[in-house]
Amino acid sequence: MISIQQQDFSVSDELAKLEANNVSDGAVVTFTGRVRNHNLGQEVTGLYLEHYPGMTEKLLEQIIEQAKTRWQFSQARVIHRIGELAIGEQIVFVAVTSSHRQDAFAAAEFIMDFLKVKAPFWKKEITTDGAVWLDAKSSDHNKAKSWLD
Amino acid sequence: MKVIFFAALKEQLATAELELTTEQASSINSIVQLKHYLIGQNPAWQPHLDKPSILCAVNQTMVNNPEHSLKYDDEVAFFPPVTGG
Repeated sequence: MISIQQQDFSVSDELAKLEANNVSDGAVVTFTGRVRNHNLGQEVTGLYLEHYPGMTEKLLEQIIEQAKTRWQFSQARVIHRIGELAIGEQIVFVAVTSSHRQDAFAAAEFIMDFLKVKAPFWKKEITTDGAVWLDAKSSDHNKAKSWLD
Repeated sequence: MKVIFFAALKEQLATAELELTTEQASSINSIVQLKHYLIGQNPAWQPHLDKPSILCAVNQTMVNNPEHSLKYDDEVAFFPPVTGG
């Protein structure tokens, strides 16, 4: 299940929902991404997240479907926040539940790696002097590609 | 035909979206033709829209081929490389 939202999320609430009525999945893997200071400006106050409504959800669904063809898991949960976020705030959450921990770890990593290179979000670092759009990183593209070898 | 711009590109063009009339869109059959049309209308857009790193999605699906054919009611988006997550 995918949520794109301005408001913050609670990892413990999400875990409770994933684990409720689910006694077959022994493995639960989660990843939380937080806003960090990219050091592009002296006085970094936060991040602004822009996105393409409709396409973000569609792409994330496709990434999860791709993961399903490679690993066994029953639930994948993705939350991505948008709008203005302060340094240290939670930005993204990926969780996978499976009977097998290898599948859960791999699927969660795969989903996160492809979210970073495919999902239409753009980050802008806000400083007291103004704001700078962050550049895409080749290391993220190389990491995603490595799943396709 | 709806044309949408995001992030740095939106700022550089000072335009979030445009709606082309059926008449305007009728002569635009591909992505490269759309870019030519937009630059023709706004010559200052050329260095930003023609940047090799600029990506394109048609009806919310990524398209790499500039010759990809367009229909009058397509939604076309142009944007810089993504930086989510």
